[in-house]
Amino acid sequence: MVGGLFIIITSQNYIKKIVGLAIFQTSVFVFFVSLAKIIDGTAPILMKVEAIYSNPLPHVLILTAIVVGVATSALGLALVLQIYKNYNTIEEKEIEAEELKSER
Amino acid sequence: MSNSSLIIFGLLVPLLSALGSYVFQKNINLRDSFGVIGGIITFIISLIIFDGIQNFQEFSISLFPLIQGVDFTFRVTPLGSIFSLVASSLWILASIYTIGYMRGAAEDNQTRFVIFYSIAIHAALAIAWSGNLLVLFIFYEILTFSTFPLVGHKQNAESQAAGRVYLSILVGTSLMLFLPAIFWIWFQTGTLDFKSGGILDGKFPTEYLSFLVALLVFGIGKAAIMPIHRWLPAAMVAPTPVSALLHAVAVVKAGVFSFLVVVVYIIGPEYLFESKASDWLIWLASFTILASSIIAISKDDLKARLAYSTISQLSYIILGAALATTFAIKGASFHIITHAIGKITLFFCAGAIYVTAHVKKISQLNGLGYKTPLIFFAYTLGALSIIGVPPFVGSWSKFYLILGSLEADYLFVAIILGISSLLNIYYLLEPVFVGFRKKLTKDIHLTNAPLAVWPPVVTGLGCFVLFFFANYFDEIINGVLFL
Amino acid sequence: MNFLIDDAPALVVVLPLIVSAIIAFMPSSRWPWIISMITLVVHLFISFELLSMVQTSGVILYEFGNWQPPWGIAFKIDGINIGLQIIFSSFVLITTFYSRKIFLSEIHPDDSGKAYSLWLLAVGSLNGIILTNDIFNLFVFLEISALSSISLIALGAGMNRKALLAAFNYLIIGAIGATFYVIGVGFAYSMTGTLNMSDLVIQLSQYSTGQLAIFAGMSFMLIGLMVKSAVFPLHLWLPPAYSYAPSAVSTLFAALATKAILYFFVRLIYEVFTFYDHYLIIFLDYVLMPLSVSAIFVGTIIAIYQDDIKKLLAYSSIAQIGYITLAFSMNDQSGITAGFIHIFNHALIKGGLFMAIGYFAFSSQDRVTLSSINGYGQKYPITSFALLICGVSLIGIPLTNGFVSKLYLFQALYYNHMFITIALVAISSALAVIYFWKIVESLWFSSIKTEVVSEDPAIYIPLWIVAISIIIFGVFSAPIVELANMASINLFGGISN
Repeated sequence: MVGGLFIIITSQNYIKKIVGLAIFQTSVFVFFVSLAKIIDGTAPILMKVEAIYSNPLPHVLILTAIVVGVATSALGLALVLQIYKNYNTIEEKEIEAEELKSER
Repeated sequence: MSNSSLIIFGLLVPLLSALGSYVFQKNINLRDSFGVIGGIITFIISLIIFDGIQNFQEFSISLFPLIQGVDFTFRVTPLGSIFSLVASSLWILASIYTIGYMRGAAEDNQTRFVIFYSIAIHAALAIAWSGNLLVLFIFYEILTFSTFPLVGHKQNAESQAAGRVYLSILVGTSLMLFLPAIFWIWFQTGTLDFKSGGILDGKFPTEYLSFLVALLVFGIGKAAIMPIHRWLPAAMVAPTPVSALLHAVAVVKAGVFSFLVVVVYIIGPEYLFESKASDWLIWLASFTILASSIIAISKDDLKARLAYSTISQLSYIILGAALATTFAIKGASFHIITHAIGKITLFFCAGAIYVTAHVKKISQLNGLGYKTPLIFFAYTLGALSIIGVPPFVGSWSKFYLILGSLEADYLFVAIILGISSLLNIYYLLEPVFVGFRKKLTKDIHLTNAPLAVWPPVVTGLGCFVLFFFANYFDEIINGVLFL
Repeated sequence: MNFLIDDAPALVVVLPLIVSAIIAFMPSSRWPWIISMITLVVHLFISFELLSMVQTSGVILYEFGNWQPPWGIAFKIDGINIGLQIIFSSFVLITTFYSRKIFLSEIHPDDSGKAYSLWLLAVGSLNGIILTNDIFNLFVFLEISALSSISLIALGAGMNRKALLAAFNYLIIGAIGATFYVIGVGFAYSMTGTLNMSDLVIQLSQYSTGQLAIFAGMSFMLIGLMVKSAVFPLHLWLPPAYSYAPSAVSTLFAALATKAILYFFVRLIYEVFTFYDHYLIIFLDYVLMPLSVSAIFVGTIIAIYQDDIKKLLAYSSIAQIGYITLAFSMNDQSGITAGFIHIFNHALIKGGLFMAIGYFAFSSQDRVTLSSINGYGQKYPITSFALLICGVSLIGIPLTNGFVSKLYLFQALYYNHMFITIALVAISSALAVIYFWKIVESLWFSSIKTEVVSEDPAIYIPLWIVAISIIIFGVFSAPIVELANMASINLFGGISN
């Protein structure tokens, strides 16, 4: 979690920031899924035998969240592509320098 | 016409006059006459209302609710009828004067000037006839914004800077101090309506009253107590009709009127007197009176000197309100009339001197008195009234104020008023002496502008004539304390 | 037509979403707008239908798929959010009407289908935020609105490529905020086993002393929402996003986006977390209140130094959000009322301001700065005068709805004996005059002389509708105050199920 945040904050490269975001989000997903596990529980698929099932709800929530995360990353990458087309670079420092230059 | 619709009509007339000036702007005579006609009509209406108030008639109209417990109400108080009479009568003369001055000085944008002038008068009348503190505040703000184009009329760098000072001080104080004070009063009492004897007694924590007074006197920036006085000399860059009517009559009088109204009809003079919450204000007002007189002495520019004289005279009214005794309040109310007519004379003369001889500084007035005797005659009359010398009407209000200070056991205030009169003699009469001192140092070409010269003569003579009607005014002023 | 009434709560959200899919690939440049307008008119009708339903039955609980909560997802419409729903619906309609010419001037006309599809996505998802009663559902809507917002902001790249950077920034920061929120949801779920807000209240009442996990969860949720609603100091994404987005987009978002999230924020604090008084007091008094006051000052002061007017308005928005959160941080009914009043009023004020500036941007096809609008007061008198009304309301002059907001805010502060804060708010109002005055000076008091240009009625009509409502609601403030009161009474008077 913190690793992901760290990457986002310190990376200069925009793609690396998106990767950091993905790492951060994945860590949250793992956290949720870990909540689902019940001691001695098995996969939550209905069986003929009596069994203790793990909680399926967090899994479902995470599916939603993963989809959202994918969409976010996809949008982020699309933006990065456009940024590259406009600035010819995806390094934060270089973009800032370019903006300062054009302001002058 | 019923009493209520008379108020609405009276308020509409200046707006209609502005509209007329806008529509007929191509015909300059027609355009300028709207101001005069509007003035005459509003003066008649003010007179009717004034007379009605003397006979204990009620003039009020309530339009719609604004906030809980406060409606959009107009209601003429005795003090308000005095103010509206002053404003409307002097508007007539000021409109005539404006024609003479603006054409003589060949100013641009005269249409815009006339339009905003009329709107400013409308705002002043609405303040005079407001029924509660919130309506007063609304039109107080409208007055600030409608006079702003007049202050910045010349549109040069100096006027723009002056406009900024004007606006920032007046809007800043009203939003940061006056409005919170209004809210506070509303929170404590649930109403803001003007009532004889005030609405705060028993409902407001007395230990905080002096703080409220501070919020009010500094928040009502138009009353120009120090240190909220800087806007007044800054606004002198405006053409003289603005200085004359607005900064001698409408704007500054709206300021002291507002403060006086709050003291008399919101706080209540007895409550204020007993709580001693305004004692510090007596000192501050006295300081302002003396300090601004001393600054006035140092000014060579005639209008600047008159500006500081105005600041001094306004503090007379604030002083009267702060003393909160019967004579003090009466003196303050009367001073609204006497100062208005005296000061407008002086400003008219200053402008007339500028238009005819193109002179702004007192040191350059050498010998001008011989060339323009009428102007100097009028000036002398006005000056003597402000100084407070009988047989000029200004002596009455000063007399009442001195009586009021003695009534409140503030002997030193009476002394200060005396010293102030002495200083007034010096700095107000100096231009007259310079004007008649020696012959002109060089030949001056005089522009003919009779319409700029006769109004001050009229008001100057008024200062003299009204002295003899003091009886009549006395009755009126007596009614101020009762709604 | 029965489904219109039965399924109305769902329809307000689902209808824009469905239509969004339909118009996404339309090649025409006119039809997407027309279809959007029709959709939003229907949307407005349904909203009023909901209003009458709430007035008769009090609370509407709509269960998706007829799954009973706490297993199913539910929408709840009651006194608290119906006011916001109405304002939202009306304002979206006005803005969409306004957007036609202005939006199309900033994007490629063939992209109009995609643009309006994103627009409707944003509308539908923001509406979902207002109506949902499920904390995870909120996350879904939050993300949908974020994704559509980001795309809409990025559309501003046609005018200025910094829009891309602004959009990317918003994406990263917004995603972090949303993920924080999800962490909070995780904690809440782990302790209570439910995601339904009404049920959460019941479950949380078991833990009357509070557990660390619950506090952690609450903190994450609240902080996440603060990021998304641009509370200082988590506001850094907002100024670039609002200033480089297309004008119509800025108008919509400045008025409504953060407000919907703030509504949910308030609901979380006062409805779901009410049992944890000691925690709430710490959060409200030591976190939210100081941050609100800082937001007010930082926003106003930075706005004073801005030359680019859209950025100026964006920083002003941060200050205004500060006023709203200040009102909400007071933990009593008068504060909540004041906060809701300002949510409603500020939507109109800021919306109107952005509309006017958007028109200036449209006519000059360039960034709108203080120097570029010199003399516009003469050139575009109708628009400028409407801008003046909105600005006067922002400062809080009587007879405008901004004054009503300030009045109730002062009243709430007064009841809570927060006198120093009153002084601070009064000072900030005066400071706001400075940046507003700079705009007025450029408009009317510059030395440039121009002639009057005829203005486009398609643009000044919606703008004037907003300006007139500002005055009407300033004078006849009763409806807005009623709605806000209803919200605060419901929030404090009891937990409706």
